[in-house]
Amino acid sequence: MKNFEKVKEVLIDAIDCEAEDVKLDASLKDDLDVDSLDAVELNMALEEEFGVDIPDEALFAMKTVGDIVKYLDENVK
Amino acid sequence: MNGIKIISTGRGIPSKKVTNNDLAKIVDTNDEWITSRTGIKSRYYCGDNESNVDLAYEAAKIAIEKNNIDKSKIGVCVVATFAAKTKVPSIACNIQSMLELDEIPCFDINAACTGFVYAVEVAKHLTSKEKPYMLVVCSEQISRKMDFDDRGTCVLFGDGAGAIIAENSDNLYHSMIKAKGNKEILNCDKYIKMDGSGVFRFAVGIVPKIIKELLENADLSVDDVDQIICHQANQRILAHISKKMKVPMDKLYMNLQNYGNTSSASIPIALDEMLEKNMIKRGDKVMMIGFGGGLTWGGILLEY
Repeated sequence: MKNFEKVKEVLIDAIDCEAEDVKLDASLKDDLDVDSLDAVELNMALEEEFGVDIPDEALFAMKTVGDIVKYLDENVK
Repeated sequence: MNGIKIISTGRGIPSKKVTNNDLAKIVDTNDEWITSRTGIKSRYYCGDNESNVDLAYEAAKIAIEKNNIDKSKIGVCVVATFAAKTKVPSIACNIQSMLELDEIPCFDINAACTGFVYAVEVAKHLTSKEKPYMLVVCSEQISRKMDFDDRGTCVLFGDGAGAIIAENSDNLYHSMIKAKGNKEILNCDKYIKMDGSGVFRFAVGIVPKIIKELLENADLSVDDVDQIICHQANQRILAHISKKMKVPMDKLYMNLQNYGNTSSASIPIALDEMLEKNMIKRGDKVMMIGFGGGLTWGGILLEY
């Protein structure tokens, strides 16, 4: 989970959540209140930070912070 | 003279106020969802005997009467509208006769929500020495294009019209208008159909680019701009702009909570309200930014 810290920073900035709420098993929808518009902003911020183009469907399928970190660990050089 | 000086404004708002709770009676939605996703609390729909011709007439009439505009000096009337019920005569021709304007060029244009910026850019070339004023009206009756089974879209829009009267001037003025054809993200035939995430992504991506281009052309920073009037599509878009461009929310006027998204009319309605509230004074640098179906986008940076 090497990208966790960077993902945490992006989340705090993009969706205005609290640092202590960002855990690997935190649910994007239920714990962090991410709605469909937040998901778009988050996607754009992740793309900017990591230089990887995440298809919207792939992001919408992610349920937890850990899912995002895993995707980036697998897809970012 | 590349610029324009705005000399009067007006707005026309229809009679039927429709709150989120009113909509919740006929649509599978609720006040909390609409408010949190969009910021909208109410919007206005034309009644059975109202159309966007009436709204355009009212907005233009107010603009003319408010500052005792000499109608014979109006050299062109351009109306931005994307869903006029009657195509011929155009709304512009209709209001030419209702307002008893001279026999000047009158026509409608369609640039969806970017209609105001497009209309100004067109109208400013059609004035003359004898008839130096341009009448630009944006008038939308979107309620007739709402699919009330599409709960994500039908809650967003409202009817309304805004008008400006302006003359060519040497004031600071920079502008840009662009388009890129795309029918998937946003289209309107019988009903408006939107890919909500796609539209949001387009808007939050394009608005900072418009702002940056206008500032670069004017050799100004965002702090030099006194007010930014953004097309009133969604509060979340405005919040994103505020954060990304470091513009305080009190410089980003918002009235979408009352009117919803009135497409091209949103900028002139906002401008009219801001002037009424003395939020803009002569010499202020004002930016107006439109973006919408087409896809179209554009902006104006001027000294008021």
